[in-house]
Amino acid sequence: MSYFEIADQAIDPHAFRQRLIDRSCGAYVQFDGWVRDHNEGKNVLRLEYEVYEPLALKEGLRIINEAKERFGVANACAIHRSGLLELSDIAVVVGVSSAHRGEAFDACRYIIDQAKIRLPVWKKEYYQSGAPEWVNCQRCSEAGHQHGIISTPARQ
Amino acid sequence: MNLTVRYFAAFREITGVETEAVETGASSPSALFAECAARHDGLQKYTSSMVAVNDEMADWDSRLSDGDEVLFFPPVAGG
Repeated sequence: MSYFEIADQAIDPHAFRQRLIDRSCGAYVQFDGWVRDHNEGKNVLRLEYEVYEPLALKEGLRIINEAKERFGVANACAIHRSGLLELSDIAVVVGVSSAHRGEAFDACRYIIDQAKIRLPVWKKEYYQSGAPEWVNCQRCSEAGHQHGIISTPARQ
Repeated sequence: MNLTVRYFAAFREITGVETEAVETGASSPSALFAECAARHDGLQKYTSSMVAVNDEMADWDSRLSDGDEVLFFPPVAGG
């Protein structure tokens, strides 16, 4: 079992888990990313994910397959939300089942870390005070940070 | 040659457009981005972002062809 999906409705983490149950597996690791009520000193009320789905689906599946190949896990799946989310909603869920726990932890970590930097997904935060803002990858604002296959456009 | 440019998220808000038809001599996404940044104030400061051509991630130095659709992505923030 391996898949990557984009969902515009609430993610059900229990239904998600059911699909990863496998008799050959002794370990299951699941990561849920939640909507937090603060970011960089601001009170966050809700957020909105814009997803470019044609490419997000391709790149997401690529990440899943890399994790399976790299860590040898039996099953790996993930779902990322799009649209409006409220506090404590699940923004992303990653699940990995495998024979043993070590590779399950490693593969789960790999998938969420890569998803954050490679998927064409953008987050707009709505605050208690002030205008909503698009949030950038923290390290992108530092000079020279590149995301794998990403290169920098020529400076003018 | 004639290309289509698409802007996403913050880029769409900066430029005020989602899609642009452009006639250009720019041979690479990098050169095209520079042209677009000259037209749309506010794009210049984005030094790290991603580009896709015809729904495939592309290198900034890849070669563009007539009819290509070029997608400019601002820095991503999934998860």
